[in-house]
Amino acid sequence: MTEAVQNVALPQIKVENLNLWYGEKQALNNISMHIPKNSVTALIGPSGCGKSTFIRCFNRMNDLIKNCRVEGKISIEGKDIYGTGVDVVDLRKRVGMVFQKPNPFPMSIYDNIAYGPRIHGITKKDLDGVVEGALRSAAIWDETSDRLKSPALSLSGGQQQRLCIARTLAVKPEIILFDEPCSALDPISTSRIEELIINLKKDYTIVIVTHNMQQAARISDYTGFFLMGELIEFGQTRQIFQNPMEQSTEDYITGRFG
Amino acid sequence: MGLNARTSEKIAFALLRLATLMVAGFVLFILAYIVYNGYSVISIEFLTEMPRRMMTQGGIYPAIVGTLTLILGSMVVALPMGILAAIYLNEYAGETRTTWLIEMAINNLAGTPSVVFGLFGLALFVKYFGFGPSILSASLTLSLLIIPVIIRSSQEALITVPKEYRESSLALGISKWQTIRHVVLPAAIPGIVTGSILSIGRVAGETAPILLTGAAYYLPRLPDSIYSQFMALPYHLFVLATAGTNIAQTRPLQYGTALVLLMIVLGLNLIAVLIRRHYRQKLKI
Repeated sequence: MTEAVQNVALPQIKVENLNLWYGEKQALNNISMHIPKNSVTALIGPSGCGKSTFIRCFNRMNDLIKNCRVEGKISIEGKDIYGTGVDVVDLRKRVGMVFQKPNPFPMSIYDNIAYGPRIHGITKKDLDGVVEGALRSAAIWDETSDRLKSPALSLSGGQQQRLCIARTLAVKPEIILFDEPCSALDPISTSRIEELIINLKKDYTIVIVTHNMQQAARISDYTGFFLMGELIEFGQTRQIFQNPMEQSTEDYITGRFG
Repeated sequence: MGLNARTSEKIAFALLRLATLMVAGFVLFILAYIVYNGYSVISIEFLTEMPRRMMTQGGIYPAIVGTLTLILGSMVVALPMGILAAIYLNEYAGETRTTWLIEMAINNLAGTPSVVFGLFGLALFVKYFGFGPSILSASLTLSLLIIPVIIRSSQEALITVPKEYRESSLALGISKWQTIRHVVLPAAIPGIVTGSILSIGRVAGETAPILLTGAAYYLPRLPDSIYSQFMALPYHLFVLATAGTNIAQTRPLQYGTALVLLMIVLGLNLIAVLIRRHYRQKLKI
């Protein structure tokens, strides 16, 4: 508990009064949130509530969407990532992202992992080590070590998703965003990914969007509940699930809607 | 009213099948007809010798060389230009009024009659730039003719590259250009190759543009530079069939020439198909 309080005092990600529009339509409404280092933060809420849009603000993936406009502030380690002079490419190196659908490149397992480090200029002799390290950290080394040259798309869905996590780890980010990483996976693959996320917390700050309430309760330290573009409630996961302060939060987590 | 669903489906299927058979039938008929009439003149001499006696005897070697040179020359210019333009239009240009105008222009160029390109090439390359009637002028003219086709098919190939590839590359802190180079382009290559297959056929077969920009009526020697005039198969065929010294006597040579032209196009298409398959396999699921 004291540790958590300390962390709250030193948030790694600080969101202040964030508003986002798609054209005329406002998708995020005045959101503020502090996310501590080395924690798992789950974002829950019904479809279309803005949680995926929100998570895509942290690595500025929304920049790719036409007519998307952001106001407010997100600071990482005290620096506003929407400020002037921010290098978006560099930001995305620091803030990795794992997507909903496993999306390995149509290359070999090895090349999928090596892709990022290679372009970021790692020396050839270090590359093997980085690839192995990333695959180990993503708990997929044992399944792939003897077939690194096979196509990544020959792996199962769950393996592909862990490969995508390894691909993200290989770039050595500080923060990893997970956008519903298990929604396309079976229960066994899902539990392996959950286990992995809990382990990754030691070294990374993790923000995860999930539709699965049990998942949020199992793996996260903090939970934020979104509804129609607003952050209804944010706090320690145990508190949100056991003693929510808002009626709509309670309705959602008890399955009354959504 | 009248027909029940099953009967109308049967009729529709029958019509569709008939149309397909007719199209395939025509193609096969033309192919068989040319092969039947042309194969007897095909020989090593026919393929490797100069035409003699005002083209009534001898081979078509310079025309084969000329056509292959034109294909090479126009591809060297049109492929990079077309692909780069497609990348720019698709990935960078955005949707402004200017790009809309450019896209319109490309669409219209793709439908412009080739003789217009020929006249343009004559004015620009032959006269204005002073390249004269030459391989260079003809290759540049042909490349203008196929650039719209290559742009179009490259754009279509780029569009079909899954958005997920781009997103996950960008999310790794890879710049847009690196993403295009290392992920998008390799995935688009099979489609781009398919587009160039079509253009190879066009370059090999076009007559009007080269007639105006450098193809020779009769030139029984090989070109010695890109500024030389040249013979080419389609024009040679045209000459033999309409303006030769003895049209009836050269009839077998005409079929032979048509057959060689057909074989070159089919052969190059086959190579393109193999290239495409090679890249597809590299991307294989």
